[in-house]
Amino acid sequence: MRLQLDPSACDGFGFCMGLLGELVAGDEWGFPIIKGANVPTELEGYAREAARACPRKALQLVPEPA
Amino acid sequence: MTMLDARPTTARLLCGLAGTPADLTTHLSIHGPLPIPSRVSPRWQEAVLYELESAGLTGRGGAGFPSYRKMRPARHSAGPRPVLLVNAMEGEPASGKDQYLLSFAPHLVLDGAELVAMAVGASTVVICVPAERRALIAGLQHALGQRRSLPYGRPNCQVKALPGHYIGGEESALVSAVTGKGSVPKFRPDKSVGLRLGRQPALVHNAETLAHVALIGRHGAHWFRQVGAPDAPGTSLVTISGSVSHPGILEVETGLPLADIVGAAGPVPDVQAVLVGGYGGTWLSGHDLSVPFSPQGLRPVGAAMGAGVLFVLAAGSCGLLETERIARFLAGESAGQCGPCLFGLPAIADDLALMVRGPFQPKDLERLRARCGIVAGRGACGHPDGAVRLVNSALAVFQGDVEYHMQYGPCSGCRLPATTPVPSRPTRKVEPL
Repeated sequence: MRLQLDPSACDGFGFCMGLLGELVAGDEWGFPIIKGANVPTELEGYAREAARACPRKALQLVPEPA
Repeated sequence: MTMLDARPTTARLLCGLAGTPADLTTHLSIHGPLPIPSRVSPRWQEAVLYELESAGLTGRGGAGFPSYRKMRPARHSAGPRPVLLVNAMEGEPASGKDQYLLSFAPHLVLDGAELVAMAVGASTVVICVPAERRALIAGLQHALGQRRSLPYGRPNCQVKALPGHYIGGEESALVSAVTGKGSVPKFRPDKSVGLRLGRQPALVHNAETLAHVALIGRHGAHWFRQVGAPDAPGTSLVTISGSVSHPGILEVETGLPLADIVGAAGPVPDVQAVLVGGYGGTWLSGHDLSVPFSPQGLRPVGAAMGAGVLFVLAAGSCGLLETERIARFLAGESAGQCGPCLFGLPAIADDLALMVRGPFQPKDLERLRARCGIVAGRGACGHPDGAVRLVNSALAVFQGDVEYHMQYGPCSGCRLPATTPVPSRPTRKVEPL
């Protein structure tokens, strides 16, 4: 699975950085930086949680492109 | 803006223009009639698309994408018939070529638009123009009126006045504006998924691109490819401004050395640098102008043809001052949707302002570089990427000035007024998140 961030929907709430710090960092303005879009299997649960926690539904977990 | 008749011009689009708008009679006497059958058949449509594919026509709006690749999916899409949007938004302040073309050769653009519309089976052509260009809109409506006399079944054509601002011509922003949802870009994770206007597939082509289509429709792909670079054949309109004696619109064969193109506009003897493509473009040093004006020629130096903007900076001017001015303008033109663009571009412009006015220290330069690295690629559209490309190229080309500014403060060029054209106030109100 891959992380996909819609930057136009993101308002910088920052839950993703807290819940998935392994893959998401924050910039100086509090907006998420996807450090790695490919989600390792062992982090999938956390990634799902982070996506669910996003108040703007800006962060999504999507299948790898074929 | 005026048309230059100095060499090395190759007049195709601008052929026969005499400083007044070409009406339909003049247009037909210059170019001849557009060969369109009385009844459009699928075989004819395929033949037109095949010809455009063979011509290798690339978009002249900025991205340089092969034009036919957008047309074929539109023609074969299931469901409602597509809509063709003619993109004449030309938000680049230093570009005037689309406005020039539509003012003086409107029928060439309309020929191309109607040909593409018929080839893909589009129901409607919408010509998208910035609302403030009233004379242009009136001229287009007049031209459309004249075309009622043409002997073939034309698609329905309308002119749409839309908010004119820097990103107004970005494809998804254009479609959104036509839909009435506001002129803002849309996040598109998969660009191969076509845009839609309601349920109808939306096909967007730049005005100049369509003018080339009008000539390919008349003379064929082989003729089109007789001039220009193989990877973007034909001619291209460029807008040259800055320290030249003859600023204006020039039609050139692609692939010519940049120095020859700039040379045609009468540049100052000592060219320090040229901004290539547009405001989200690339500064090239005056010593680097032997590169060909083509995608392949410009790629190694990090540049692209973009919308054909060439801004000439004379020696003695401060390139950092100009870059700060453009960066500030681009920051004000953010749609305000994406945090990294909304906050990052003003921060980058602030860093540049500090660099220009001082005191500026190595740590400030590090912060500027870091911000450029962090902002790039994090917008829904390419706006922040363009701003970063501009700033990174400035830091490379004006490296000596960066060092001077760090050591001594403002240089002598900083006393001169900045000359890059920017609208006097932001054309768009940015609403914070």
